[in-house]
Amino acid sequence: MRRRQFLGAGGAALSAVAIAEFSPAVARTRLWQPDELADGTVESATLEALPGKVPLIKRSYRPPNFETPIEYFRTEFTPNDAFFVRWHLSGIPEVNLRDWHLKVGGDAADRGASYDMAALRRDFEVVELAAVCQCSGNRRGMFQPHVAGVEWGVGAMGNARWKGVRLRDVLNKSGVKPGAREVAFGGADGPAVATTADFVKSIPVEKALDESTLIAFEMNGKALPHLNGFPARLIVPGWTGTYWVKQLTDIDVRSTPQGGVWMSAAYRLPAGRFPAADRFPTQETAATVPITDIVVNSLVTSIRDGERFHMGQAIDVSGIAWDGGRGIRDVQVSTDAGQSWRPAQLERDYGPYAFRRFTHRFRPDRTGVYLVMVRAYNKRGDAQTMELVQNPAGYHHNVVQRLGLEVV
Amino acid sequence: MRTSVIAAATLTLACSAMATEGGFKLKEAPGLTQVQANCVACHSLDYVQLNSRFLDRKGWEAEVNKMVKVYGAPVKDADVPAIVDYLTREYGRQ
Repeated sequence: MRRRQFLGAGGAALSAVAIAEFSPAVARTRLWQPDELADGTVESATLEALPGKVPLIKRSYRPPNFETPIEYFRTEFTPNDAFFVRWHLSGIPEVNLRDWHLKVGGDAADRGASYDMAALRRDFEVVELAAVCQCSGNRRGMFQPHVAGVEWGVGAMGNARWKGVRLRDVLNKSGVKPGAREVAFGGADGPAVATTADFVKSIPVEKALDESTLIAFEMNGKALPHLNGFPARLIVPGWTGTYWVKQLTDIDVRSTPQGGVWMSAAYRLPAGRFPAADRFPTQETAATVPITDIVVNSLVTSIRDGERFHMGQAIDVSGIAWDGGRGIRDVQVSTDAGQSWRPAQLERDYGPYAFRRFTHRFRPDRTGVYLVMVRAYNKRGDAQTMELVQNPAGYHHNVVQRLGLEVV
Repeated sequence: MRTSVIAAATLTLACSAMATEGGFKLKEAPGLTQVQANCVACHSLDYVQLNSRFLDRKGWEAEVNKMVKVYGAPVKDADVPAIVDYLTREYGRQ
């Protein structure tokens, strides 16, 4: 019943937007996807339910890459069963908690350690934090010109309350040597063929020792879903999802940069292209730098491009805004294609790493087309860009949305 | 020899099941056999349609090379031209 209602609601607001065809199991349903996606991207999308999940937008079956439909972003927190799914490698074991251990070591740790879940919960303070997990490539499919990769729309992200222990506490118990430069993380997942590199990611030691960086075992008050990294994953608030290693099994405190293609070839940006970004000096080269923090962004969830309203009807422009941890300062709304702007009202603040809801209501005083634009600013003054900042791998899409409304 | 024939047959069977994951099928056209044989070990074939139609020949060539050189995909050198031709013709920008 819930699924029918959801699918029905998704279809009702459609007009001049892209419509995908569906598998027989969900026939006669419609799915909203951004207009900017390539035809093949739209055609290959289906709404399908993975184990433990509501129907999500399928981008690829194996490894599973499924994004959250826009309906779930009308509230600050994204339900676990609707939270997006993103894997690089197709060997994804079901981890049995009784066999699971988290190992800590490395050349820049004083001593090694190994924890089972009970020890982790017993030996360290358990804390909770709200934070957005967003794939680096969220909105890649909207790049013009298109770039290759997983062609995400707007839903490769989610906001949750993550409960776990501070990585800092775990590292300090093992002793971090003065020569430590990075901390690297590995998970239980693995490649389909031996010649593919295992997925290993590192962060600067300073970020690892940040009090907000967690080893989480709960999400929105429940155990992590298998597809979101059960039994434990890394939470790197403010930084893109690539660092949020799932099914965490190994922590390596290093005096040298972590190698491997997942650091040296993937998840990189042209040097200098995003000058305000957090630095990661031990992984930078003259040509490219690793992606780090999330750029300021927003998503309108109340109206859609092409939607029609009647004269006299109030129109709600609401949605969510977020950034890499400075916090949202304000959200500006234009209903005249950017000629004039008004501040939206910001709703409850769940902390600098969380989605912040905004609302704005306007009443059209004439018939015709209204071009609505929404632009979020963070507390440092960074704003969403008006034009795409090009980069070859399709990261950091935070272009101001333009939604055409017709008032009749 | 016999072993490798059986292994090849098993691989072909596994590939044909994997080639239709989720009910998805790539277009029937010359080169599909090579695409199936070399690509499905690591990922489902819907990745191809997902990335269409915006890559030209150079773009698809770069993708195949990335799979081999960056991600270590065990793609047979001899199959690369047929794979690139197929992707360009059936799922490339015209």
